[in-house]
Amino acid sequence: MAEVMQAADGTPLKRSLARALRRQKLRALGLIAPLLFFVLITFIIPIGNMLFRSVENDIVQNTLPGTIAVLTAREETGVPGEDVFTALYIDLFIAEEQKLHTRLGSRLNYEQTGASSMFRRTGRAVGRFDTGTYTDAITDANPAWEDPAHWAATVEANAADLPRTANAWSRWQAVFAAEGDEIGKRNLEDFLFTALYLDLRDADAAPAGLDAAYDAARATDPVSIKDAFIDADDKWGAPQIWETLTLYAPKYTPGYFLNSLDYQKTPDGIEKRPENEQIYITLFGRTIWMSLLITFSCIALGYPIAWLLANLPMRKANVLLILVLLPFWTSLLVRTSAWKVMLQQQGVINDVLVWVGLVDNANRLIMINNQFGTIVAMTHILLPFMILPMYSVMQTIPPSYLRAAKSLGATNWTAFWRVYFPQSVPGIGAGSILVFILAIGYYITPEIVGGTKGVFISNRIAYHISSSLNWGLAAALGTILLVAVLVLYWAYDKIVGIDNVKLG
Amino acid sequence: MGLPPYATPGQRIWYYGFRVICGLIFFFLVAPIVVVMPLSFNAQDFFTFTPEMLRLDPEGYSLKHYEDFFTNPQWQLALKNSLIIAPLATIISVSLGTLAAIGLSQSHVPFKRAIMAILISPMIVPLIISATGMFFFYSSLGNWMENSLGLDKNFVGYVKVILAHAVLGIPFVIITVTATLVGFDRSLTRAAANMGAGPVTTFFRVQMPLILPGVISGGLFAFITSFDEVVVVLFVGSASQKTLPWQMFIGLREQISPTILAVATILVVISIALLTTVELLRRRSERLRGMSPG
Repeated sequence: MAEVMQAADGTPLKRSLARALRRQKLRALGLIAPLLFFVLITFIIPIGNMLFRSVENDIVQNTLPGTIAVLTAREETGVPGEDVFTALYIDLFIAEEQKLHTRLGSRLNYEQTGASSMFRRTGRAVGRFDTGTYTDAITDANPAWEDPAHWAATVEANAADLPRTANAWSRWQAVFAAEGDEIGKRNLEDFLFTALYLDLRDADAAPAGLDAAYDAARATDPVSIKDAFIDADDKWGAPQIWETLTLYAPKYTPGYFLNSLDYQKTPDGIEKRPENEQIYITLFGRTIWMSLLITFSCIALGYPIAWLLANLPMRKANVLLILVLLPFWTSLLVRTSAWKVMLQQQGVINDVLVWVGLVDNANRLIMINNQFGTIVAMTHILLPFMILPMYSVMQTIPPSYLRAAKSLGATNWTAFWRVYFPQSVPGIGAGSILVFILAIGYYITPEIVGGTKGVFISNRIAYHISSSLNWGLAAALGTILLVAVLVLYWAYDKIVGIDNVKLG
Repeated sequence: MGLPPYATPGQRIWYYGFRVICGLIFFFLVAPIVVVMPLSFNAQDFFTFTPEMLRLDPEGYSLKHYEDFFTNPQWQLALKNSLIIAPLATIISVSLGTLAAIGLSQSHVPFKRAIMAILISPMIVPLIISATGMFFFYSSLGNWMENSLGLDKNFVGYVKVILAHAVLGIPFVIITVTATLVGFDRSLTRAAANMGAGPVTTFFRVQMPLILPGVISGGLFAFITSFDEVVVVLFVGSASQKTLPWQMFIGLREQISPTILAVATILVVISIALLTTVELLRRRSERLRGMSPG
């Protein structure tokens, strides 16, 4: 029988080693865990939240639940009938009390211009619809209806016979409960009576204890809520708003992504936006094109410097490296303001050119607030990110290879092009991807020196966050940019390897 | 790579021409930063050299923009905020980051690549996207802290910005500290343990002093990241958390004031100081680890 190797304490060695390994793994994970949780909570979850927001669309459903239920159940299209308008009346009344209708208006405004003012105007009008006649008729027949306690008791007892009323009443109660309040006498609004009236009209016989109200409802002529809506804003009588509401009823929508690619959702399917509304494809194209230009200028300017640094004696190279690291370490805002100072029409470069006599004082060059400004300033800002990886690759190329090539009869050019350059390509690749990734996400510099023609997709994202408040679209644009960067980063990892990221 | 005595005229022209080109590129790199400095002493409220300045007339120069920086309450608030936010964010990134880097440098770490990818991600994701994500999440976080925990609005604002900046600085700490740990001799900790030191004593007495240069330079990177960061603070913070870069950004976009140039000069001086520190630390670290200083 083969003897089992044992550790000092008598356990089999194999198990003892496995336990030690497990303990080591746990210790490593224990050290990493606090940071991992920190990053997950403060960074990964926010990014996930953004991804979610780019498809989230529950505002329509949450604000107009009744309307959406009736609207999506119907078969025909176009302007709906009285039933949908009644549901909308109840929904809007409740939304108006919570001041939610304006938010829904702004949301729908992204899809249909004019929706925002339409909801604001209608929100003001719902309190003044002619439905007061129902209120008067029912309270005249039985004054107990002016008491919230009577409402609560009756509605609860007859929930099955009064579906609309029960629904409206419980939602109305929830609005007040959310503020720690109760429905008071003043809050018995016309829409509750409208719901009650309609339920009673639909009932075949008076529900228990509702005889007076039932008779009063029977005796009162209906008021057209549809007409009241169209009175408040005639766009309710046109099919567009109803199409938009139906299209954006689901809780999740690809709408923001379609918008960011200049497409739109229509009842007939997905269509390209009209020519004059297409901005995002142009902007994405410009972002990529300008980032490429910046990357190429960085290669062109960075390669000679990296070559010089790699081929000078260490002592001299270290001194010159400071000239590269100084801009690298200088605040981004400082460098951007420096370029503003340099490039302005009354700026340093123009002054020098005028002084030298190359440019007439009256025709100073316009170098800022356009693409030229963005490209120059960003090339300057990103140049160190190109030089440093190139330099570290070139340092590893032995100079003897060049000498060998020359001694075999190659001209200077051939020796460089056939021997040196191919070995420096990994450095160019690493630097280019790094610069390109940084460039396509830049915001501050284009914002300050780019004017309108030299801005990037990130400036549009910031605009949607802080000015237009179309956060879903900002999230969708951000998601597209993020995917692009991650793909590039994956390529970077394949070519260079994450572990080779070096600083300074 | 000197020029050999037998070089042809063509080679000579190329040799000197190449140096001139390199000189011009270095000029391009440094000139904008250097130009800012004399302009910050401008006696006029212009962003350009006045005739008095070009004549080197003392009348053309003044310290009034520096005076404005040190007396204007807006700039002082911004300076104060930057000096509150950046150090606190740095402390969080350095303490958590160093621990995690030590954990990551152990020989058997499960899911090492995935963990590394997550920890490095704040550096890879473009700032505008981080800012967008944080904008949504941190505003609900802030509401929750104000309403449920009853914390002061101003305090919550600082907490949000500090957390956001701390996470942005973490990749730099991880990268520099793991790089330092690569050259760390594990037998030293084993020797310490052998002589009876507990893990905590070993860490503070043996490992920490040796990796300290890496930790400090990671900390400096984290500090500069926060100190120089404007996009995230614009989105996450409110006006009372306005930092120096934020104030400069407003100044550049709206009211053009030469005080920006005075601030810029001060920041350049600070970055030269930081650059020197990092360089000295790098040399010290390489000497400690027995490598020849590069």
